[in-house]
Amino acid sequence: MSTPAVPILEVHDLTVSYHHKPVLWNIDLQLDEPSLIAILGPNGAGKSTLLKAMLGLLPIVSGRVDFFGQPLSRVRQRVGYVPQRESVDWEFPVNVRDVVVMGTYGRLKWYQRPGKAEYALVDECLDQVGLTSLADRQIGRLSGGQQQRTFLARALAQRADLYFMDEPMAGVDAATEQAIFSLLHILRKEGKTVVVVHHDLRTVETYFDRVILVNTHLIAAGSVEESFTTTNLQKAYGGRLALLDRAGDRLQSERPIR
Amino acid sequence: MSYNTWVVLIGVSLLGAAAGVVGTFAVLRGRALTGDALAHAALPGLCMAVAITGTRDLTIMLLGAFASGLLGVAVLAFLRRYTRVAEDAAVGIVLSVFFGAGVVLASRLQQQGNAAIAGLDSYILGKTAGITLNDIYQIGGLALINLVIVLALFRDFRLICFDPAFAIVQGRSVYWLDLLLMALMAATVVIGLPAVGVVMIAALLILPSAAARWWSDRLGTIVTLAGGFGIVMGTIGTLISDHYRGMPAGPVIVLIGVLIFALSAIVGPQHGWIARQWRQRQAKGATWTANG
Repeated sequence: MSTPAVPILEVHDLTVSYHHKPVLWNIDLQLDEPSLIAILGPNGAGKSTLLKAMLGLLPIVSGRVDFFGQPLSRVRQRVGYVPQRESVDWEFPVNVRDVVVMGTYGRLKWYQRPGKAEYALVDECLDQVGLTSLADRQIGRLSGGQQQRTFLARALAQRADLYFMDEPMAGVDAATEQAIFSLLHILRKEGKTVVVVHHDLRTVETYFDRVILVNTHLIAAGSVEESFTTTNLQKAYGGRLALLDRAGDRLQSERPIR
Repeated sequence: MSYNTWVVLIGVSLLGAAAGVVGTFAVLRGRALTGDALAHAALPGLCMAVAITGTRDLTIMLLGAFASGLLGVAVLAFLRRYTRVAEDAAVGIVLSVFFGAGVVLASRLQQQGNAAIAGLDSYILGKTAGITLNDIYQIGGLALINLVIVLALFRDFRLICFDPAFAIVQGRSVYWLDLLLMALMAATVVIGLPAVGVVMIAALLILPSAAARWWSDRLGTIVTLAGGFGIVMGTIGTLISDHYRGMPAGPVIVLIGVLIFALSAIVGPQHGWIARQWRQRQAKGATWTANG
């Protein structure tokens, strides 16, 4: 495990623009202890953008992100990722096991094939999310919750210390949500850190240790007791920003000419 | 059959297999139309190579075709990135402008009456009869190299086609893998020009995997079947076009492909019509017993 002196995640002065529309300004964050963290904010506040920018999936205008005191390229094997469910084509010709095996690729060179050890790990991860019986099913024939659990199993197969999950509870049934939360707690018990883009304010206090509140700027970051306050929520979700959102939506809805 | 015919058939088989396999990934990565634009954009380069060197050396012609094909893709990327032209419109523009230029160049060259450059129009619709053994060795060899590279990188290509963001987080360079896939597609298109022609080669990339999709939900199986369908299209198309002298190979190959596709849509065990009917009947039976 890392020494306490090195932060798990450090974001310094991060600014991101997306399709020529600035979305995040001057984000500063630091995580020192393993915990479950919810990124909160209204629609269009830049929650997913923050996640993707930290992981190098979006170009950043300025700023720096360090994982365990190092840039991501040096510690990729310690960082896991669960993208939004809608981000992939579920008609793609792979089955559940094929997808979960992809979680082991980070440790393999391009010429290495996943071997017995990898497949044993994959079976273990499938079991952890309760998908063993569906391992050979094409992913398009799963329910939304099962698809989400497939992504979770793939992330587990990464054997990371720090996980990023983009809206894992979006559009899943109550049973799956429960299963996901208990999995998050198992991860935390193992000393892992999980950063979750979350939309349901009611479940925050029950399940998370810390929150990051964003709305184009960082509103607050800290423990649930200190930062998940009415004042901060009003700052993040207040009516004034609804107008800005609408302006942004109009910009984005302009279509290319044909 | 003569030795020559065998060599031609083996060469065309390798070409068909490479096109089917490379094409599967191109289609999954959303690059099928780019392949068509690339093929059409190859024609002016091919003609220029002939015009400049004054000979019909296959290597030089294919290098010219490769260069202008890639130029076409670059123009496409430019239009997409820096203008407000939508992707399908951009494909249409690149495809027709380059192809138009190619046809004009080809007919200009033919009018000059140089014996060495006669018959350039056979590259538009494809013709296996005129290909020399030496050419076939080159085509087959390059196809084999393409095939080996794609199969060696099967997992990485599958990963970037399914979930490029996850591939990046896993430390794979999606940029370089995309570029490599594009280069493989360009190479396959270009070596396919003599036998299949500019107009029809994209179909050899697309049809095999489209047909294979009816048969399976696993990419490994689909890639294998697509390679096999590519071989069938290439060989049977070549045999027919050789038998009826003067019949262009490209359209015949494509018609064979369409036939395979239609048959697959009916008998394909995974998504074909018969399989679906059967499954629906089974499901109905199951509900009856479950409810009863």
